[in-house]
Amino acid sequence: MKKAPRHILPGFGLTLGISLFFVSLIILLPLSGLFWQMGQLGLSDYWRILSSERTLAAFHITLSAAAMATLFNASFGLLLAWVLVRYNFRGKRILDALIDLPFALPTAVAGIALVALYDKNGWMGTLLAQADLKVAYTWWGIALAMTFTSVPFGVRTVQPVMESLDLDAEEAAQTLGAKDFQIFRTIVFPQLWPSFITGASLAFARSLGEFGAVIFIAGNMPFKTEIASLLIMIRLEEYDYPAASAIAGSLLLLALLVLILANFAQMRASRHLKKGA
Amino acid sequence: MTLHVNDISKSYSNNPVLDQVQLTIEPGEFIALLGPSGSGKTTLLRIIAGLQFADSGSLWFDQIDMTAMQARERQFGMVFQNYALFEHMSVADNVAFGLKMRSGKTRPSKKEIAKRVTNLLEMAEISHLADRFPSQLSGGQRQRVALTRALAIEPRLLLLDEPFSALDTKVRKGLRKSLRDLQRNVGIAAILVTHDQEEALEMADRIAVMNDGRIEQFDTATNLLRNPATPFVADFLEGLSNYMTEGAGI
Repeated sequence: MKKAPRHILPGFGLTLGISLFFVSLIILLPLSGLFWQMGQLGLSDYWRILSSERTLAAFHITLSAAAMATLFNASFGLLLAWVLVRYNFRGKRILDALIDLPFALPTAVAGIALVALYDKNGWMGTLLAQADLKVAYTWWGIALAMTFTSVPFGVRTVQPVMESLDLDAEEAAQTLGAKDFQIFRTIVFPQLWPSFITGASLAFARSLGEFGAVIFIAGNMPFKTEIASLLIMIRLEEYDYPAASAIAGSLLLLALLVLILANFAQMRASRHLKKGA
Repeated sequence: MTLHVNDISKSYSNNPVLDQVQLTIEPGEFIALLGPSGSGKTTLLRIIAGLQFADSGSLWFDQIDMTAMQARERQFGMVFQNYALFEHMSVADNVAFGLKMRSGKTRPSKKEIAKRVTNLLEMAEISHLADRFPSQLSGGQRQRVALTRALAIEPRLLLLDEPFSALDTKVRKGLRKSLRDLQRNVGIAAILVTHDQEEALEMADRIAVMNDGRIEQFDTATNLLRNPATPFVADFLEGLSNYMTEGAGI
């Protein structure tokens, strides 16, 4: 008789089984529905839908706004994490709690709040209008809404890594003659880099699919301020399921690709860093 | 190149850690700060390094007041208790770090840096580790790298914060002698912080016995054992009186 492989830790079969079941039920099943729909399309149909000017414009707008939001959140998140980890000040706990708010808030609420603020009658809107700037119902509005909903990724991925950094290394760099900026560039940032990539890629993936917060402030003009996920919605309402699934599938693959690339970059960057300690 | 520590005092929230400490270290001398934990020896070392600052008193090195000088300007090489190696850099890059950070005219060319690093690694007998990363090294090797990295900046003084405490006893004994030899070859003064009496006795030219933020006695090992100045010194070094006569095997 074949001996079953022995594990030191009990419960492997049971826990893995339950995990796989739920992953299938909650993630894989809906996705396979999407790809089944997509499978109904021929390659030429798929290509026709994607290469239509309206779809391309929507993708262009979505990708560029998401890139902008990511750029902002990655750098701003780094700064915010730095402030939260390295300094002690009054209200630090409140600031720390505030960061998770975009996750807790329904995105539609965030969208409506942003419109109320940036509309031409809104508080920020009137202020910006004086400088001849317009955010609501423009590309900038989209980028702003995406930024709002993905703030936590930039901070929360970097923060724990920054907390676990060994201060001795920075002191050693000081005794070796390094200036503060050099220490950040050569010692601190390289150690944060893997988590920085993770945060940026999560923020980007999230921004690609953001719907609720964006549609209120975007204006939703085809070719100008129409994002990809809204176009999916429109196609669904027209009962054009193949087109909707083609756009949705492409969006999903794009997000997946970003996450996979980020994973590779992260593995490369952290191969020499010790785990934990 | 003499270091003068004048009346250095330091306290953390009304809790005195150093109380008017006086110390003079001659060029090329190897001294030990010896004391139980909490005696203030590490704080004193960190103040000398410029990583902490004293509440009062002054530090003079080579007739220059460096009390308020930043660590990066002091050019004192330091070996940390856990070695504080840069885990994301190879051994060669760790050693080259101090030279690469120099600015403008004082910064050697890339070729020059590479040559200096090769020489340093050779001197420390760790050339074969040049391309390894810290996580791939043993404790003794890590200590070697930390020491070489500190020596790369051509330090004017070498500061050693319990450099043997992370090693097992067997490795420790062998490394004491080689560290001392390296320091002699380079010819700079060194300060060793330790709580290990035997280590201090074996390595140092002179030993400052510290207790409660004060230096109880600062003298050669022989004098400390023959004429302890205070009951604390006699007590702290008890059991080592045979040490000198029997020899440590150096």
